Amino acid sequence: MSIEFLIATAIGALTWAGIYLSLRGRTFPVVLGIAMLSYAINLFLFAIGRLKVGAPPIFSEDAATYTDPLPQALVLTAIVISFGMTALIVVLALRSFLETGTDQVDGESDPAIDPLEGDHEEWIARRNAHSLDMIGETRA
Amino acid sequence: MSLSVSANLAASLIAAPIMVPSLAGTLSLIFRRRRRALAAGISIVSSLLQLAIAALLLARALHSPPTPYAMGNWPAPFGIVLVLDQLAAWMLLLTAIVGLAVASHAALTGLDRKGWNFHPIFQFQLLGLNGAFLTGDLFNLFVFFEVLLIASYGLILHGQGARRLTSGVQYIVVNLTGSTLFLIALGILYGVTGTLNMADMAQRGAALVPGDRGLFEAGGLLLIAVFALKAALLPLHLWLPRAYSSAAPAVAALFAIMTKVGAYSIIRTAPLIFGDEAGAILLPAALGTIALGFLGMLAARGLRDMAAFGLIGSTGTLLVAIALFDADGLSAALYYLPHTTIAAAMLFLTVDLVVRWRGMEGDAIVPTPRFAGSALLAFLFLTAGVALAGLPPLSGFLGKLLILDATIATPLAPWIWGTILVTSLLAVVALARAGSTVFWKHDASPPRPEGREAPNLAEALPALFLLAALVALTVLAGPATRLTRSTAAQVLDTPLTLHAVLGEPAPGDAR
Repeated sequence: MSIEFLIATAIGALTWAGIYLSLRGRTFPVVLGIAMLSYAINLFLFAIGRLKVGAPPIFSEDAATYTDPLPQALVLTAIVISFGMTALIVVLALRSFLETGTDQVDGESDPAIDPLEGDHEEWIARRNAHSLDMIGETRA
Repeated sequence: MSLSVSANLAASLIAAPIMVPSLAGTLSLIFRRRRRALAAGISIVSSLLQLAIAALLLARALHSPPTPYAMGNWPAPFGIVLVLDQLAAWMLLLTAIVGLAVASHAALTGLDRKGWNFHPIFQFQLLGLNGAFLTGDLFNLFVFFEVLLIASYGLILHGQGARRLTSGVQYIVVNLTGSTLFLIALGILYGVTGTLNMADMAQRGAALVPGDRGLFEAGGLLLIAVFALKAALLPLHLWLPRAYSSAAPAVAALFAIMTKVGAYSIIRTAPLIFGDEAGAILLPAALGTIALGFLGMLAARGLRDMAAFGLIGSTGTLLVAIALFDADGLSAALYYLPHTTIAAAMLFLTVDLVVRWRGMEGDAIVPTPRFAGSALLAFLFLTAGVALAGLPPLSGFLGKLLILDATIATPLAPWIWGTILVTSLLAVVALARAGSTVFWKHDASPPRPEGREAPNLAEALPALFLLAALVALTVLAGPATRLTRSTAAQVLDTPLTLHAVLGEPAPGDAR
């Protein structure tokens, strides 16, 4: 199998998984989906400079051919940005879960999956206390 | 020696709209905790400075062809260039006006006290906007888009609260997906043409073999889809109403310009990639956007929702004019663009004042007891409404007239005229109903107990400043339309830009 086939398949599979996951209703799969999509993009950007095996990107005395260095610089930028964005959205999803008591992206809790018992605010208070406990345990 | 230094400085002024907010943002980050007033002062001074710089740059761009500024002295197409032309300078001026109004509104109303980082994030937002308007490189455009988006994530969450968090998550997910598509489009375009410089890409795109042409256009369409997402064009508008109506209204006022970044990018890239047939896909979507936006205004139950839908509708009107991609349409669009941005920003600032001065009803369109300052607010709401709906005497009327005039020869003219005129009527009805309910109807219950302080009328100054800008745009309509006409001619004159940015026509494709 050629390397082009492998890379193209990998990009396709990652994109498929990314689209499926980012269309889910809860924040965690969505975050994963966006991460998958950004992996797919990184591979894609890398491949747009054409795939050359064993060729240096910038300068080498004994190089017969070079690979395109620009896509590699683009991938680096894209990785940095998507990494920061993933961190931000994870924190934000957690915060919004703790404040609203649901991790549905639309912010409306689904009684079938959200363990809501009794008063909503009481549940949030319990939830917050529980997470504080968990932080305390890991620190101890 | 001193002559060359001053010449260098004058050339470097092109980079100033990026340098000034980045320095001001960093400085106000240092002072934000200990000396809050100083941080706010830095932010406002920086906004004033940007206004002055933008005016200087516009004056310079009027008398010269597009001027490239090579970052790090690497010439295009190898290095990244900033390109100053009339369109970029026009957008910079608009950004500076709205930025100044919003920064001072935030400082006056104490919005910047609801979190530590308002002013630093605000300056970085301006940095991203200015950079996106100046850059001549497609990947650099992506980077500046990310800068302004990251700052906007901070601003949209400013003040917090459960509703803001939920809609913030949605806003970020939508925009991250948009950025992903942007990168795919960039990848395809680079893979086909081997360049990221916009001018160089236009040149190489025109010289492509037919086999590559399809891929090139697919990349271009994907790019336009991303910009349409930012501009909230019809099928991609769903994120906007909720995000803008749950953000702090002053922040939403600044975001009025974010939809215009999408419109601006379409103006910039579509003719480069598609040549003459750029607009055919945009027009039906833009017409639908107008209808949806102004119908949404009619259905809104709060003033903030109403302003958000008004923003969608007026951006749709703008895109109708852009979709023509001829000199008349573009010059009408460039006259209407600052008008609609300023009008929407003014409406959002007014709504913020209503929320602050009125008490517990917030922005709901319901009658309330009389409240102090309602006369001034009613005046502001009336003028912002007149401007947004496009009634005389303000510039919205002239802008819509120019757009209608520019579309008269197109085959779709009946549809365009029908949509714009009927939706203007819808907007008038919606605004009149909301305004008379909020400001004229008073429920019979006795006035509020006198516990509340009288509102600080100075808080209305930024909104009045925007009104003054609208009046200026109306009074100076003659010079302004001459300017937009020459700007439109410059934007559509691709060979001129190519020559200015790349110097000599580049040798054949290296790939």
